[in-house]
Amino acid sequence: MTVQELPGAAAYRPTPPPAWKPLTDPAPLLPDPEPYRVLGTDAAADADPELMLRLYAELVRGRRYNVQATALTKQGRLAVYPSSTGQEACEIAAALVLEERDWLFPSYRDTLAAVARGLDPVEALTLLRGDRHTGYDPREHRIAPLCTPLATQLPHAVGLAHAARLKGDDVVALAMVGDGGTSEGDFHEALNFAAVWRAPVVFLVQNNGFAISVPLAKQTAAPSFAHKAVGYGMPGRLVDGNDAAAMHEVLGEAVARARRGEGPTLVEAVTYRMDAHTNADDATRYRTDSDVEVWRAHDPVTLLERELTGRGLLDEDRIEEAREAAERMAAALRERMNADPVLDPMDLFTHVYAERTGQLREQADGLRAELAAEQERHGEHGAEDGR
Amino acid sequence: MTTAAATTGARTAKAKPATMAQALGRALRDSMAEDPAVHVLGEDVGTLGGVFRITDGLAREFGDDRCTDTPLAEAGILGAAVGMAMYGLRPVVEMQFDAFAYPALEQLFSHVAKMRNRTRGAMPLPITVRIPYGGGIGGVEHHSDSSEAYYMATPGLHVVTPATVDDAYGLLRASIASDDPVVFLEPKRLYWSKADWSPDAPAEVEPIGRAVVRRPGRSATLITYGPSLPVCMEAAEAAVAEGWDLEVVDLRSLVPFDDATVAASVRRTGRAVVVHESTGFGGPGGEIAARITERCFHHLEAPVLRVAGFDIPYPPPMVERHHLPGVDRVLDAVARLQWEAEG
Repeated sequence: MTVQELPGAAAYRPTPPPAWKPLTDPAPLLPDPEPYRVLGTDAAADADPELMLRLYAELVRGRRYNVQATALTKQGRLAVYPSSTGQEACEIAAALVLEERDWLFPSYRDTLAAVARGLDPVEALTLLRGDRHTGYDPREHRIAPLCTPLATQLPHAVGLAHAARLKGDDVVALAMVGDGGTSEGDFHEALNFAAVWRAPVVFLVQNNGFAISVPLAKQTAAPSFAHKAVGYGMPGRLVDGNDAAAMHEVLGEAVARARRGEGPTLVEAVTYRMDAHTNADDATRYRTDSDVEVWRAHDPVTLLERELTGRGLLDEDRIEEAREAAERMAAALRERMNADPVLDPMDLFTHVYAERTGQLREQADGLRAELAAEQERHGEHGAEDGR
Repeated sequence: MTTAAATTGARTAKAKPATMAQALGRALRDSMAEDPAVHVLGEDVGTLGGVFRITDGLAREFGDDRCTDTPLAEAGILGAAVGMAMYGLRPVVEMQFDAFAYPALEQLFSHVAKMRNRTRGAMPLPITVRIPYGGGIGGVEHHSDSSEAYYMATPGLHVVTPATVDDAYGLLRASIASDDPVVFLEPKRLYWSKADWSPDAPAEVEPIGRAVVRRPGRSATLITYGPSLPVCMEAAEAAVAEGWDLEVVDLRSLVPFDDATVAASVRRTGRAVVVHESTGFGGPGGEIAARITERCFHHLEAPVLRVAGFDIPYPPPMVERHHLPGVDRVLDAVARLQWEAEG
């Protein structure tokens, strides 16, 4: 059928499309191609010594926390632990740039960020211990539950930040995701919503090189994750994720920008996961020791230690002091995690709905009877068991 | 709080014919007027007023911040609603059509349904997800699914579906007021069904979770909900000529399920047919029939039967009438209860 044959075609006068005009100049949104660094550069001279020392103490504690938590998996005290060893600078910076009223949206690997924000380390580990899904009140700490599905916490951060702004509250949400998580649809939807709504959100992509075993080259064809920002109409920043001072500065700027009402920022931290995906993973199947060694030379703790020592801000005594504080934290964590949690099976029905449905009441009655029978059997054999 | 007084039915206002769509819109409006935490969001809900016009006028009355046209992204819409609820708002999300909700299922299943449980009660999510569902309006594919079984199978969600104009208003008000997430299934082929209804003095509706006997009877019980209620009512009237006195139970809420009302009815009648347009295999009818059998076995004079849509993907509109359970199919099932005519 030709155009002339279409009904009403004689009256049809196509108007030319208006000249394409981008809404914003993309140049300021694009990241610098080289990850931003502070340590070992001239910028380090401007960094606040007190902040650097605080970052150092937190990094040392954070490293010790990762090592201790991994050890707890070997003792059967934790069901699983996805270590962030090597990524401590990202975790610590994410926690420290937020004000108390702000919100953190961690992924399952970001226990350390939650702890650095002030969450009780034992409460932070309940999910991974297997006794409770979330051991803390998210509203009290302004930390969303550690999120196991990938990238699904990102739209929550956007919605929360949006709601806070609608209420006139000066609140920023910082959402953390891994390189693998950027391939999920929720990553795209969250960034798009945030940009359209100009929501006060900071997205932090920790590019640690692998999504379990899948390397970066098989995850994305983009020049960097930070480059994705321009497509949404928000600035992207690329930063050395092992440089705690650079992380703090870039995330701090992004948080300030969000607080000023200028909208979201996408920050990509280039880092490396020194341990396996979790204690249950065998990383030797997809990478070699020599791959890891390259990054060991770029360890976040060493980088900062070298900078501070070189500038005379840190000596052996202060290093020892930080290590001892970290040991005390680890010892306390070990001790508390050695206590068996006391769980009431009847709690299974407690928090499904505000009010139990008839179905759940029936099932709760059934379990109560089972428990009573169990108790009775246990009582009969109790003397033999010596309990 | 003027509307709160109005909704108690204290004033009597003249009831005029109103559609279910109008009652739903009014429920949204009254909820928003009463509670500033109530926010409506979705695709086309603002300027357009929704493709079914349920949200018509809300953006004008309450502003774009309270009734928000979002980007076209169902997971994003529901995911953002989760964050909004975490901050104390009461989001009402519109999924434009039943099958359009599928991209948001991960948010619904992994977060909306579980947040109260994951946080041991610290963070309930009062989100209402409105989903126009079901067939019979000549929609092309992906516009006519009955997905209630997926939602019913997900602990933590309430699943509610009105079949009358009164219930559309009352149950939507109750859903928005609920501190738990509610999947509110709107039978879209009943959007234009009418009843005498006054927005100034709406009828009192029982809380979520109560079934209602729409037509008392003694010979058998038809158990149904949403779009199949009018079919069952018509079947019950048609059956009178055959000497059958059918009771019709409208479930209204699939979760929580009102075992008491259903069991009481079946014990009275001794026979039951479950009617819905969702697929039979793995559908709600199987669960309902099992629950009836567990509770009423010694009262049953025949197996519990199901009249459901075929176990097929929803068919093209030109043949959908063959798929949807109609009056004849319901009456055939009643006949299969090995009827012994009374009197």
